[in-house]
Amino acid sequence: MRGDAEAASILRPRTPAEAVRLFEKHRNALPIAGGTDLMVAWNAGGLAGRTFLDVSLLRAWARIRQARGVLAIGSLATHTDLLRHPLVRRRFPLLAEACATVGGVQIQNRGTIGGNVANASPAGDTFPPLAVYEASVVVVSAGGRREIPFLEFFTGPKRTCMASGELVEAVLIPLPARPPKRTVFRKVGTRAAQAISKTVAAGLLWLRRDGTVEELRFALGSMAPTVRRLRSAEACVKGRRLTPDVVREAVALVAKDVSPIDDVRSTAEYRLAVSRNLLFRFLSEPR
Amino acid sequence: MRIRFTVNGKLRSYSGSGMKRLLDVLREDLSLPGTKEGCGEGECGACTVLLDGQAVVSCLVPVAQVAGRRVKTVESLGRPDRLGPLQEAFLAEGAAQCGICTPGMLMTASAYVQRGGRADDGAIRRELAGNLCRCTGYQHIVSAVQKAARRGTARRTRRRA
Repeated sequence: MRGDAEAASILRPRTPAEAVRLFEKHRNALPIAGGTDLMVAWNAGGLAGRTFLDVSLLRAWARIRQARGVLAIGSLATHTDLLRHPLVRRRFPLLAEACATVGGVQIQNRGTIGGNVANASPAGDTFPPLAVYEASVVVVSAGGRREIPFLEFFTGPKRTCMASGELVEAVLIPLPARPPKRTVFRKVGTRAAQAISKTVAAGLLWLRRDGTVEELRFALGSMAPTVRRLRSAEACVKGRRLTPDVVREAVALVAKDVSPIDDVRSTAEYRLAVSRNLLFRFLSEPR
Repeated sequence: MRIRFTVNGKLRSYSGSGMKRLLDVLREDLSLPGTKEGCGEGECGACTVLLDGQAVVSCLVPVAQVAGRRVKTVESLGRPDRLGPLQEAFLAEGAAQCGICTPGMLMTASAYVQRGGRADDGAIRRELAGNLCRCTGYQHIVSAVQKAARRGTARRTRRRA
């Protein structure tokens, strides 16, 4: 059944420089860190004969630190590292919450943020929080380093704009000037642990003193080939008071920015209805 | 590829492909069949072992990645003639039926008790959410972990006193 272990080879670089050099040489190698998704495919026999590039020894990429107004999360930081990190919990609680809903503890202990992002699942639970926090992804190769805005990083289901030879080095999140007035993270799935989301939402709302909306950021996962910000609804409420009419108007715009599908986990109709309800509840929340 | 790592406190060595699953190396190469395979895709938690003290599913760990690290399996918790506190609690509470999920449940619970987890029902259920049981239901298992967590707390308090 599973890939023939005897025929497989696994490269284990010890430094980032060695890793990008090896990847330059072995362009078809599959990067592996926590292996929580890749090993499932390997066990099913889907990756027989491939060479693996194990990046798990690159200690420099496991750090989480604050530098010049940005939280820099090394790509090897695990979901457990993130959900326990004091700064993540205080300043980016939606990301901590998302990490706590990924898999069970066994998956959280192994799965990394870099692997999660590079894997580009349409249902990635950390993506709506990273989209509303306006993160960016830093990738490196033997040719150099580039920083890509989070929403531009994904080009389709399981597809990213990374070129061959590039590895995810870090995810950067700018520290917001002031904390939002309201936040929400909500995953809708069949089982508390492990379940892949039917829909997953993250929202941030800043209000002015007079009660008008300074800024709304709302993102949905599992509702399109890649994570989506609800640009139409966000623009609709800007500068306005969240009266029942304004909220209804914004909720009616949800479908403009997503394209849910029917699949084994849910139906397009259900996904859209639940997503509208999530936005409705978030905007209607009493102050 | 030659890989050395510590299993249940003993230095072990394995020669073979680095992509072999830790689960298979434990069972086939190191003769430690206590760790069970359930789903083989990281969903059920039956094959949970501790890697440097953290619960991981051994079906998703290529053995190359455990080089130089510490692995603990269910065999480390006690012996048939001298069970560990967690095993005793499972027995006392009737927390096992067919037994396939039990080694994984014990290992996830042991990481929790080791790091001082509370005897709180909700916290234990969240911790064990990645371990499926298809026989007993979860109440007996949760009660057993609560019992062990209380004992752990009592032991730590005594040590401090």
